[in-house]
Amino acid sequence: MSESGTSKFVYVTYIRTTPEKLWAALTQPEFTRQYWLGAHVECDFKTGSPWKLVFDDGRLADSGEILESDPPRRLVIKWLNEWSPEFKAEGYSRCTMLLEPANGAVKLTVEHAIDKPEAKLIGAVSGGWPAILSNLKSLLETGGLAIDPRKSGK
Amino acid sequence: MSDDRVFRALADGNRRQLLDRLHRRNAQTLGELCKGIEMTRQAVTKHLGILEQANLVSTQRQGREKLHFINPVPINAIAERWIGKFERPQLRALSQLKDMLEGEKHE
Repeated sequence: MSESGTSKFVYVTYIRTTPEKLWAALTQPEFTRQYWLGAHVECDFKTGSPWKLVFDDGRLADSGEILESDPPRRLVIKWLNEWSPEFKAEGYSRCTMLLEPANGAVKLTVEHAIDKPEAKLIGAVSGGWPAILSNLKSLLETGGLAIDPRKSGK
Repeated sequence: MSDDRVFRALADGNRRQLLDRLHRRNAQTLGELCKGIEMTRQAVTKHLGILEQANLVSTQRQGREKLHFINPVPINAIAERWIGKFERPQLRALSQLKDMLEGEKHE
């Protein structure tokens, strides 16, 4: 995707909430279960801790480690896909979440990158992240969901 | 981020062309985006500014360069507003059929 040999996507959304509430929404298992399209995170979000994204049926979706945790500002996750052998073979990617106050809202930037040109994983997450972020935004702003995984049978 | 801003930004063919180029290859500098395009550097700069204000393009500094990324989040929100979750597979099948019959490009 870029000439430097890395594949990267940068997603930005503005959510009318506080950085503290958004941080909680990104890190609490029960909260993430509500918008993460049939999965939830399991982690204590301390630097160096193991990180897991688990499907609701108990299968492991992704695994990794917290590289940086600076609540409620910055979170960096070392991220390995576990549900697809093809994506897993591409190795670790890096997901950075940045929370910045912006005029009564919070600017959330999610950057997902892997040191590999034309990575299939980055192509795949480029479809998933926008839906997860839309759900998170509607949940925090209105209490409702844009896509409810429990109703769509996923 | 207002919907009006997103629709106004998307209403211009030159701006859609810039988004198409970022969709094909993400993370480009202003110089790369100006290559092989029939627009002046000033026009590209202006259009990128409008796309960035509409949150359709995000940017990052890398040394002295500024890299541009397509941000599909507002487009996803527009789609979800009117497309029901059960219609999605049918709509995808229709657009694949159209691409196949017409030869994939829809500018």
